[in-house]
Amino acid sequence: MSETHAQTVAYVRDTMLPEQPPPASQAGVVRWLRENLFSGPLNTVLTLAGVATIYWLVGHYYGWFARSVWNAGSLAECRQIIAATWGEGLSGACWAVIRDRWHQYLFGFYPPALYWRPVLVFVLLFVALAPVLFSAFPRRMLLFSAIYPVLAIWLLWGGSLWPEVMIVLGVVLGYLALRLLEPRLPGFAIFGAIGVALAFWAWGAGPLADALRALVPVSLTPAASDRFGGFLLAITLGVGGIVMSLPLGIMLALGRQSDMFLVKALSVCFIEFIRGVPLITLLFVASLLLNYFLPPGTQFDIILRVMILVTLFAAAYIAEVVRGGLAALPRGQYEAADSLGLDYWKAQRLIILPQALKISIPGIVSTFIGMFKDTTLVVFVGLFDPLKGISDFVRADFAWKGIYWEPYIFVGVIFFLLNFGMSRYSMYLENRLKRDHR
Amino acid sequence: MTEPQFARAIDRSHMTVSDEVAIQITNMNKWYGTFHVLRDINLTVNRGERIVIAGPSGSGKSTLIRCINRLEEHQAGQIIVDGTELTSDLKNIDKVRSEVGMVFQHFNLFPHLTILENCTLAPIWVRKVPKREAEETAMHFLEKVKIPEQAHKYPGQLSGGQQQRVAIARSLCMKPRIMLFDEPTSALDPEMIKEVLDTMIELAEEGMTMLCVTHEMGFAQAVANRVIFMDQGQIVEQNEPREFFNNPKSERTKLFLSQILGH
Repeated sequence: MSETHAQTVAYVRDTMLPEQPPPASQAGVVRWLRENLFSGPLNTVLTLAGVATIYWLVGHYYGWFARSVWNAGSLAECRQIIAATWGEGLSGACWAVIRDRWHQYLFGFYPPALYWRPVLVFVLLFVALAPVLFSAFPRRMLLFSAIYPVLAIWLLWGGSLWPEVMIVLGVVLGYLALRLLEPRLPGFAIFGAIGVALAFWAWGAGPLADALRALVPVSLTPAASDRFGGFLLAITLGVGGIVMSLPLGIMLALGRQSDMFLVKALSVCFIEFIRGVPLITLLFVASLLLNYFLPPGTQFDIILRVMILVTLFAAAYIAEVVRGGLAALPRGQYEAADSLGLDYWKAQRLIILPQALKISIPGIVSTFIGMFKDTTLVVFVGLFDPLKGISDFVRADFAWKGIYWEPYIFVGVIFFLLNFGMSRYSMYLENRLKRDHR
Repeated sequence: MTEPQFARAIDRSHMTVSDEVAIQITNMNKWYGTFHVLRDINLTVNRGERIVIAGPSGSGKSTLIRCINRLEEHQAGQIIVDGTELTSDLKNIDKVRSEVGMVFQHFNLFPHLTILENCTLAPIWVRKVPKREAEETAMHFLEKVKIPEQAHKYPGQLSGGQQQRVAIARSLCMKPRIMLFDEPTSALDPEMIKEVLDTMIELAEEGMTMLCVTHEMGFAQAVANRVIFMDQGQIVEQNEPREFFNNPKSERTKLFLSQILGH
């Protein structure tokens, strides 16, 4: 404070001002409109242009939607009804095709008598997801989430229950091996556990399943993979891919950050290779090339092959997204974890990944959404995706020849709802985990 | 040199140095690439010692104490902490780390966990202490650093001084035999430095073995039994605090002291 200002600066307030409402032009709707729509010449022009565009779009397409026909046996009949109801020369939406063929969009060529099975799997999916996605559900429900994949496989493909039980048994044996080996070979027990599980699946599972099948035949009518189609196929591939690609992607991200040269090199090669190749190429690999590499006579399910390739594809992207999250963490977090004596895996699991994944949520969910939409590409390897596979099939019927917009809009709306749901969930999760800057 | 200003008299009854060796560093050298950061460090710390390490920035003082729990690797020489030599053996490293507490300049609390969870995490996962017992211990130390009422908040909701006290409590929950402090007050507002120093003084009064990199010379005079001055990766001078401040021997030390105490 300089000397000259000493006189003017001295000041003591003797009365406190009461609180007053803002002027009318600075509050409520008027203020909002002015700030957001008409804040300046450019904004005003853009607002008017936007309104004009919306008006034009709605005016153009509203009629088409308004003239919707839901009951008709063919496209020709639809057109007759539109002409009879609203007059000649007008176009309208023929939703009758959806009414007629919705089951194929949802289930493909799955036997209609067995529709209850995919429906049950879909409903149970929410039960299995609830405890994973929302912490309010009891933790014990996670047990169901753990066996859900195997249950879903059995319900969807049918056949004997025992091969699926063998999958679970292998995992349980691996876990027991882990518990037994951990005190003796810390750090290496995990390899022993994986070895035990693989050995069981390779040599023990087949004969045991056959024996049990002979003893206790529990089985459902089989439904082959070529009967899958539509959203049943898209959701099966999508959910399978999401569930498997997240852990794989995390492992790849950690591998890429590893101090071990070989682990790092392999992770980098894998990620860069997969990201450098179009998904279609990988799908062709899944449908054609894999068969050359496998022993002759191996029946390796096409959906499983595609799912594995889709998983690998998504995992490479997830790995990069997670790496971004890991890189965003300050070094101090690693050092604090180290200085408390936490080993690598504990530090990752308890300190590093919870924070890195939180940062990566938007990217991870974007990758999932992209992957889910990419499942429509399986049409190129002869599977019936909802968008093109089923639509082409429906249009091949003489009754619906020439129909374009309605099936695409229908499929688009369902995709939108599912993806929008994922997007909203990711925002919810981000909000719930927002802790550091409160 | 005037006596440092602390609110209360410091109780020296438990500040006894035993003959038992806590840390033994012999001919230790460290390089960052080709840059020779630490040169021929020889240092023996007895149990109960309170050592303050001072020196200009870049002198290697932080690197030195970070070598003691292997946050930094040394390339030559020997470091033995509590009878365990630090080599690339991960088991030994984890053993040393769980015995040596560390407090950082930037606190490094885990922002996604509550204060209580920050304090119980390592005891539960490293020491395998039951959760309830770990929480009791944590509350005990949070009371000791005078913030038990913050136990269920997140680190982001606390002031810098409070966060640093939590960081100290978090280390203490592992019941360490040695505490390392890496410029614990350098990132704090002047008003908050005192509350952290008070906590550290209390710790010293209980006889904790402490190595502290700090510029708080008042703290050094009040609590330390030895001050080490480092420059260019070497220990230039060490002495008991009164001698060190009143009668520095080397020119480099005199220059340093005149710069930090001169104004």
